[in-house]
Amino acid sequence: MIRARGLAMRYGPKRIFDGLELDVERGGFVLVTGPNGAGKTTLLRLVAGLVAPTGGEIAVDATRAQLGFLAHEPLVYRELTPLENLDMYGRLYRVAERRERIGMLLERFDLWDARNERTSSFSHGMLQRLALCRVLLHEPELVLLDEPFAGLDSEGSELLDRELASRRGNATFLVATHEPERLAHLSTGSLAFA
Amino acid sequence: MSGYFADVATLARKDLLLELRGRDTLPAMLLFVSAALVIFHFALPSGTGELAGLGLLWVAIVFTALLGLSRVFVAEREQNVLDGLVLAPSDRSAIWFGKALAALAFLALAEVIALPLFALFFSGMDAATVAAVALADIGICAVGVFVAAMSIATRARELLLPVLFLPLAIPVIVGGVGASVTDSPGRYFAFLALYDALFATICWASFEYVVTE
Repeated sequence: MIRARGLAMRYGPKRIFDGLELDVERGGFVLVTGPNGAGKTTLLRLVAGLVAPTGGEIAVDATRAQLGFLAHEPLVYRELTPLENLDMYGRLYRVAERRERIGMLLERFDLWDARNERTSSFSHGMLQRLALCRVLLHEPELVLLDEPFAGLDSEGSELLDRELASRRGNATFLVATHEPERLAHLSTGSLAFA
Repeated sequence: MSGYFADVATLARKDLLLELRGRDTLPAMLLFVSAALVIFHFALPSGTGELAGLGLLWVAIVFTALLGLSRVFVAEREQNVLDGLVLAPSDRSAIWFGKALAALAFLALAEVIALPLFALFFSGMDAATVAAVALADIGICAVGVFVAAMSIATRARELLLPVLFLPLAIPVIVGGVGASVTDSPGRYFAFLALYDALFATICWASFEYVVTE
C-alpha cells in the first residue's frame, strides 16, 4: 500500500529525515513513533501527497478518494456546524447515503446533540471527534492518523480504541503517536524516528 | 462534468454560508465603495468633466474588489482547512472556481450599491458602463482569487496580493474605462471578454500547482 525508498525531507537547511525505507502492506497497522520534530507529521503529509519529498521515492497505492487524513488541525470551518462541515465533505467525496452516514457518525462520536452548533464553540476534544468523523466519513482504505488521541477524554479515547479495533484489517493504518502502548495490540509494525 | 459543477456549487455555497455567518467581507466592501465614491465626489473640483468621474468609478471598483479578494482565503488560512479541500477527490480547480463565484457574488452585491450611488453623485449611468462592469468583474475575480491563493503561502501575503493583482488588473481598467467613455464600446467589450476567457482558462488550468507543492 505504501512503499518508500531512500525518502528524504528537508525544510531549507534543516534535515527532517534522510534515507527512510518504509513498506506498509494492505491491511497493515503501522505505528510511527519518535520525539517532537522527528518527522512523524512530515511523513504522514508525504504519504497524503500534501508535500513532495526532497529526495527518494514514495509510492502510495490509494487515490485521494480512498485516503483519510487526521491532521493536527481538524480541517473544519469554525463558522459552520458539524452537519454543514460533514455535508460539504460528504458531497465532495460522493458519499453514498450521505445524511444517514453523517448522522450515524455524529451519534457514534457523541456529537449528535451539538450537530447544529457552530464548531467555534467546540472544545479541543469535540473538534478532534468531529475530525475523526470527517476522516471516516467516506470509509477510506488508507487512514493516516496524526496523534489521534490528542484532546480526547477517557470516554473519547475508549471510543476511538473501539473504532480502530473494528476497522483493523478492513483498512490500512499509519498512525503517528506518542502513546504506542495504547495501540500495540492492533499494530502489525512500527517505525521509530530517533 | 456535472460532478465537477456540483463540487463547484458545494464550495461556492460554503463560502456564501461563511459570509452569511461571519459578515466579514461584504459589509466592509459596501462601506469602502460608498466612502470612496463620496470622497471622490468631494475631491473632484466642480465642473470637472464626466470622463474623470467614470475613471474614478473604475478605481473604486478595482480597490473594492481588492478588499474582498484579501479575505477570500482567510478562513482556510486561519483554520488550516485548505489541506482538507486539497485532499478531497474533486478536481482542485473546483476550489478556485467556487471561490471565484463567491467573490463575484460579493463584488456584484457591492456594485448594486456602488453604481446607483455613482449615478447619484456623478453623471448618471449608461448600459454600456453596466455591461463593462459585469464583464470586468469576471476577470477581476478569476485573476484575483488565483493571486490570493498564491499569496496565502507567503509571509508577506498582505503585500503580495496588491503587488501581483493590480498590474494584472490594468487591462480591465483599460477595457472598462474605454467601454464607459466611448460611443461605440463594442471592441472594448470584446477586449474584456477576451481577457476574461484567457485569464480564466489560465487560472483554471494552473490552480492545482498553486495549492500543491
